[in-house]
This record gives sequence, structure tokens and C-alpha cells, in this order.
Amino acid sequence: MRRNRVRQFISTTIVTLCGVAVLIALVPLALILFYVVQQGIQGLNLDFFRRTPVPVGELGGGMGNAILGSAIVVGLGALFAVPVGVLSGLYAAEYPGTRFGTLTRFAADTLNGVPSIVIGVFVYGIAVLPFRRFSGLAGGLALGIMMIPLIMRTTEELLLLVPSSLREGALALGATRTRAVLTVILPAALPGIMTGILLALARIAGETAPLLFTTFNNQFWSTDVRQPMATLTVQVFTFAIAPYEDWHRQAWAGALVLVTTVLLCSLIARVATARLEKLQRG
Amino acid sequence: MARPRFPARLDDLGFRLGTGLFAFVLVGIVVAIGYELARQSQLSIREFGWKFWLTDTWDPVAGEFGARPFIWGTMYSSILALLIAAPIAIGIAIFTSDICPPRLRKPLVFLTELLAAIPSIVYGLWGIFVLVPLVRQLEIATPDALRALPLFSGPPLGVGMLSAAIILAIMVIPFTSSIAREVLQAVPRAQREGAYALGATRWEAIRMALFYARTGIIGAVMLGFGRALGETMAVTMLIGNNPRISLSLYAPQYTMAAVIANEFTEATEELYLHALVEIGLVLFVITLLVNSLSRLFIWSLGRQSRGASR
Amino acid sequence: MKLKRLAGALAVVACGTTLAAQGVQINGAGATFPYPIYSKWFSEYNKLHPEVRINYQSIGSGGGIRQITNRTVFFGASDGPMTQEQLLAAPGKILHFPTVLGSVVPAYNLPGVTGELKFTGPLLADIFLGKVTKWNDAQLAEANPGVSLPNTDITVVHRSEGSGTTYVFVDYLAKVSPEWKKRVGVNTAVNWPVGVGGKGNEGVAGLVKQTPGAIGYVEPVYANQNNIPFGAVKNMAGQFVKSSAAAVSAAAAEAAKQMPADFRVSITNAPGAAAYPIASFTWLLLYENAQDKNQAKIMVDFMKWALTDGQKFAEGLGYAPLPKAVVDLEMTALAKVKIQ
Repeated sequence: MRRNRVRQFISTTIVTLCGVAVLIALVPLALILFYVVQQGIQGLNLDFFRRTPVPVGELGGGMGNAILGSAIVVGLGALFAVPVGVLSGLYAAEYPGTRFGTLTRFAADTLNGVPSIVIGVFVYGIAVLPFRRFSGLAGGLALGIMMIPLIMRTTEELLLLVPSSLREGALALGATRTRAVLTVILPAALPGIMTGILLALARIAGETAPLLFTTFNNQFWSTDVRQPMATLTVQVFTFAIAPYEDWHRQAWAGALVLVTTVLLCSLIARVATARLEKLQRG
Repeated sequence: MARPRFPARLDDLGFRLGTGLFAFVLVGIVVAIGYELARQSQLSIREFGWKFWLTDTWDPVAGEFGARPFIWGTMYSSILALLIAAPIAIGIAIFTSDICPPRLRKPLVFLTELLAAIPSIVYGLWGIFVLVPLVRQLEIATPDALRALPLFSGPPLGVGMLSAAIILAIMVIPFTSSIAREVLQAVPRAQREGAYALGATRWEAIRMALFYARTGIIGAVMLGFGRALGETMAVTMLIGNNPRISLSLYAPQYTMAAVIANEFTEATEELYLHALVEIGLVLFVITLLVNSLSRLFIWSLGRQSRGASR
Repeated sequence: MKLKRLAGALAVVACGTTLAAQGVQINGAGATFPYPIYSKWFSEYNKLHPEVRINYQSIGSGGGIRQITNRTVFFGASDGPMTQEQLLAAPGKILHFPTVLGSVVPAYNLPGVTGELKFTGPLLADIFLGKVTKWNDAQLAEANPGVSLPNTDITVVHRSEGSGTTYVFVDYLAKVSPEWKKRVGVNTAVNWPVGVGGKGNEGVAGLVKQTPGAIGYVEPVYANQNNIPFGAVKNMAGQFVKSSAAAVSAAAAEAAKQMPADFRVSITNAPGAAAYPIASFTWLLLYENAQDKNQAKIMVDFMKWALTDGQKFAEGLGYAPLPKAVVDLEMTALAKVKIQ
């Protein structure tokens, strides 16, 4: 009997410890969100979105150009990553057993693990140096490369989740493979793929390292993608390591904008996935 | 499946080539990265050879470069991060897969994944203004007896290995815990139910599931390790940027990713630049190995459980 | 929020494209040392000429030299003049143009110590070599009689990246300490014996401000704007001098009389009773024969403005204006830059 009680005691202790682990993880989350909101709100005003940085010593100014720049560069990245990611995911899902299919999946996993700074170095070598300039395009390329494995994996997994009855039905009706995939299977998986893309966008919008040597930075409003562009993440970094209090305030505000955007996208993606699951089950 | 007719075979070929082209682009990018890194570090490879991995000096004036302090800093910070993060992540995985009531599961999973969604620069920002002062207070409060140990020696700067390890641990927890949770949820029900039927306590049944899923859990931990190895921004802002090998948690040190981020745009001599790219190459190779191994572990678990449930 | 941003972005793109079509953007990069005054200058110049946007990124002098050598930016900026090897490595001839005078000060964080500290050259070298490790060391006490120094550890803060501020500082240290010259040497990035690295003047100032017991070297404006105290340094004539526009101008006085044609000269440890010993010119780097002649023309015009009207901003930001003799020489030298 005593042995049973000891076993029970150990079990309860461990179970409690696991609960404690959850709490431990939630503490930094709460602290970070709290600080970002508390500090960021102070720097947030209409000027923040409308103006560009002002010279050292002057107060005010904002990160409007950086927010716009981020939107443009992330958009460029998506333009590159979505076709490559979706179509290679399609390939891996349709030809899973082949050597090249496995290779594709392995490549995606590898690319996913490549540190973002290494991708920055790579894109500097192929897109900045040969053209002798930093550009939004190079930054878009770097971000796109980082998005590809995320989009590819989501696409592949969702395609595999589509019930085989749909595929068999389409083929039984005489459709060619292309037709079956493009008109039946892909549309069935499309909502999930779109949420996957949204999540990838949200993740990549927060990246800084690959932009350091590709988009560089810009003090002015710039929509010319062949020139250096301001991005929110690099601007927050530049302001954070400076000793000026005003810049710190703006850095927190920028962080608040970043976190809000990323969290909103994740929330939308999650809600969409839940709705989809309900639809498919019902 | 019926044998495709002639026009269909052509169409099938078109489909395969069409999508295969993009798959090829993906594979091509990975190969191109490796190739480009190797190409842009030729000067350094030829100048230093294998000594590069073993030299401690990082002297741009004399043109002498060695990667050892950075390899040390990267490994030390990542291993420390893992020591902190792995138990917590596995605890979370166990809790969310086995213990918590089903209604709590989705919200808890969502919350832990929020940690993964926070951008690295925001971690760095929070790290500089909140974590570093806290760590500095901790360092100042360390009793002299502990201070004598090499592990806690050095002035209380706040920035240094400890801050970097803590922030890395926080960033790694969601990755490891989500994979570990999936892995635990994939353990066949039959295993657990059998254990309970034989009178096991909660923990004993969990222990069985952990043992069953051990390769997958190791894979999850290794994946977190790979993530820690490559982290740049948060570490750059917290580690102190000093290329010295030191056992002390309080000492400022340097990682491979951080030195590239700091010095890349400014390396004035070709050899300097090539040395930095070579560090990038080293980082690329190490993360490739760690991630491949971790995927292998996770994949082999998949085979194992599929085999068992047949 | 993304939709609203998208709509807003589209609106701005529409306006932005028209703006971009009319104006010209010139990219430059380099020293953090003159960043406060450069950012002021480029902003003022943009007010005078709204179609010209000069985008300057302060990434360190090493970065300025590297990027202009690669031609990924149009102009560079550095506080350490380019060496012969660096000049030869460039694809074309690069000209140096001094823009303003600045200095480097030893900024420190020593709570409880009021009044200014004094440093000698060899003392600073020993601190940064790691030989002097406590604030109440004998050498510090000797230079600061009557000041009660605490038994705190000295934390050295230096630059983590290639920097002209570093160049100026170690150039001075090498002149006053043979051991420094032998062991560490002079360059924009050196192998620091001790200390923690901060990114940019900003990073060093930030670290010094946040770390009790820290000492670092920064451009005075970074110290002033953040209320970080900095010390006086003993000059060649034996006087302890604190950095000021007058002291820096005094340091440049000798050099102004014998300025070499390419303007590459060091004025650290300058002679003269009132001279501040850690002073330096800071240079704008331009190709003699750049590919984009329009941008070259604009930069020459900007330089002429900066050397005349621009100089009035110098003192307010902690710099010293250039001596008239140097400005005259430069106006002539600017004709060398090919604008057709």
C-alpha cells in the first residue's frame, strides 16, 4: 500500500511540475507583451505613421516610411515565394514516393533551418554586389527565400489531407491529372493554403537579419524598389541600440506595430482554420 | 487507377514538368547557397585551411582570423539555452497532450505558439531594456563565494552569455514544445490505455509514452538546438560582442551569427570579408547537420509508430 | 489592419511614384562619428532642394570604405583616412574631403563621483590594454588628486565593428603608448585586449550609460545628449584639456598650415597648450570620376554648401568648424571631381 502511495505522490508531483512549466513559459510572454504595449503606446501617435525620421537632436518624426517599406518588401517576397512554394508543394504531394519528391521535401526542411543571416549573406552576393546597390528587390528576394519552405510544407500537408475520394472521383469522371488537381484538389485545399501563406507572411514580416545587407535603410519615403528601402524591423533595431530616449520610444512603438500585425495575422489564420474545419466536418 | 490514355500521358508529363520546375528552383536555391558561400570564402579557406576552426585570434589589423571563439559562443549559448528550454518545453508538451482538460488545450497551445510569433527584434528590444538590467541586478547580488568560480566570474555587465542564453531559451521553447506535443499525441492510444489497465499512475503512463516517442522527442530538442544556433538579432543585442572564449556566464562573448551581422557591411579588406563568409559557411554546415539529424529522428519515430499500429 | 495598410500603401505609392520620378536619391554610408551633423545637413539641404534626397546610413567608417569600394553607395564617410592599400583596392581614384572637425572623448559611468576626471594618454592606453582594472588604481589617483575613487571594476566598452572613431582613438593611443602600438596597432577595427563591444557610437554610449563602472570612447555629442560625463585628457604640452570647439580648432591649427594635397592627415596628440589631443578631421569620400555625373554634380554642390553655410551647425552639435585655410583649399580641390 505504501508503495502505491509513493507512486501516486511521484505522479502528482510530476504532473504539477508540468503545469508549472506551462506557467514558466507564459511569464515571459506576459512580460514581453506587457512591456511592448506599455512602452509602445507612449510613442504611438498619428505622426508615427505619417512622418519619416528626423535628424538627431530634433524631436518627433516617425516610421511611416519604414512601415510602408516593410509592406512592399514583404509583398515582393510573397510574389516570389507563393508560386515556388505552392507549386513545389504540389509536386511533393503528387509524387511522394519519388526520389526527387523526397529531395524536394528535404530541401525545404534544410532551407527552413538555414539561419536568416546566412540567407542575407547569400542574397548580398547574388543580388546586391553584382548590381552595385542595395535594393528593396534584394530584400524581397531574401524574405521570399525564407517564406518558400513554410508555404511549401503547408501546401503539401494540406494537399495530402484532401480525402482521396475527391481525387478518385475526379479521375473516374475522366479528368486528366492536371485537371483533377487544378479544378478539384487544389480548390479544396486552397483556404488552408491561404491561411498558411498568411502565417508565413506574418512570420517573415518580423525578420531583421536578412534585410541588413539587402534593403539597407532609407531616411525618406521611398517606393522605388531598386533603391535602399526603410523597413520597420531594421529601423527598430537602429533606434534600439542608440542612446537617444526619443529613439527608444519610437523603437517600442515600432515593436508594438510589428507585434500587433503579426498577432492579428496569426489570430485571423487560426480563426479561419477553425471555421474551415467546422465546414469540412459538417 | 485506370491507365491514362495517350493525350492524358502528355498532360501528366506537362504537369510533372511544370510543378517539377518549381521544385527544382527550391532545391536549386539550397545548392546555390552552399555554393555561393564556398565561393565567397575562397581567400580565407586558402589562407587558413583547417587552422581557421582552431585559431582564437580575430585580428583585422594583422589579417589573422580564427573562428573558434564564435563556434564556442554559438555552441555554449545554444547548449545553455537547451538546458533551460528542453525540460520546460517537454513539460509543456506533456501537459498539453496528456494532462490538461480538453477545453484548455487549444487556448494553451495558442498561447505557447504566440511565443514563436514574436519577432526576434522584439525579443532583442525587450532583452536590452528589461532582461539585461534584471540580469545585472542578479550578477551584482551574486555572493562572493560563487563569484570565485569560473562560471560566475567577471564584472556585472548584464550583457553576456547568461542574458543571451535566457533569451534563446525563451525563443526555443515554443518550437520544441510544439513538435514534442505532436510526437506525444501520435503515440497510439492503445499504449496508454494498456498502461492504465495495468494500474499505472498518470506519470507512469506518460513515462511509457515518452519512452515510446523518445526518438521524436530527441528530434524536437535537436530542432530547438538548430533554431538556437542560427538566431541572430536577439543574441547580437545581448551577448556583448567580445570574441573571447570564456566559461563564465557573466562574460561578454560572441556568436557566429552575431559577428556576421555586426561586421559584414564594414569588412574593409577582401580577406576580412572572406573570413566572415567562411564563418557563415561553418554556420550553414553545422545547422544543416543538426537539422537533418533531427528530422531523421522525428521521421524514424513516424515509421516506428506506423509499424506498431498495423 | 493589413487591409488598411495596403490601402494606405497604395495611396502613398501613387504619390510616391510621382515624387520619385521627379527627384533624385543619392545613397551614402559610413562613419557614425559625424552622423548627428550629417543628418542635420542632409535634412537642411533637402529643405533647400526638395528634389534631392541624400540617404546616409551610419554603419561605421569601415562600412563607408567597404561600400564605396564596392560602389554599392555613391559616397562614403570615414574618420580614419583610407590607407594606401585600401585606395589601391578601389576601382577608381577616391578623393578625401574634410567636412568638419570632431573629437573623441573618454566617457565614463561612475556613480558617486562628482566633478570631472582627468586622464593621461598612457593611462588610457593601460585601461584599454586591460592593465588598469580598478577605478581606484594608482595611476588614476595620481591624475585625479583629491577625488575619492571607488573600488569598482573598470568595464571597457569599445566598438564592435569597423569604426573611424576607433581609428582616431587608437591612433592617439599608439602615439602615447609604445606598448599599444606594438600589441594592438592602428586600424578601424582592432583586436581589443579587453572589453565589451557596442555597435556604433550609439551602441557604445548606450552601454556606458547602462553599466556602472564603464568607460568608453565616443564623439562628444553622444555623451552630451545623454548626460554621460567625460573626462579631460592631458595633451602634448602637459595641460589637461576637455574637448570643446576651441580646443579642437586649436588642434587643427598646426595641420591647417601644412595640409597635404589629399587632405589625409592625423591631428591626434597635436602640439599647442590649448589643443585637445584626441581630435580629428572627418572626411567625405567621393570618386574623382564617378559613373553617375548628375549625382557627382549634386554632391559637389552639397559640399560647397556644407563647407560654407553648413559649418554654422557644427558648434551646436559638439563639433568644430573647419579652419578657413582648409575650406579654401577644398573649394579648389572640389574642381577635381568630374561632373561632366
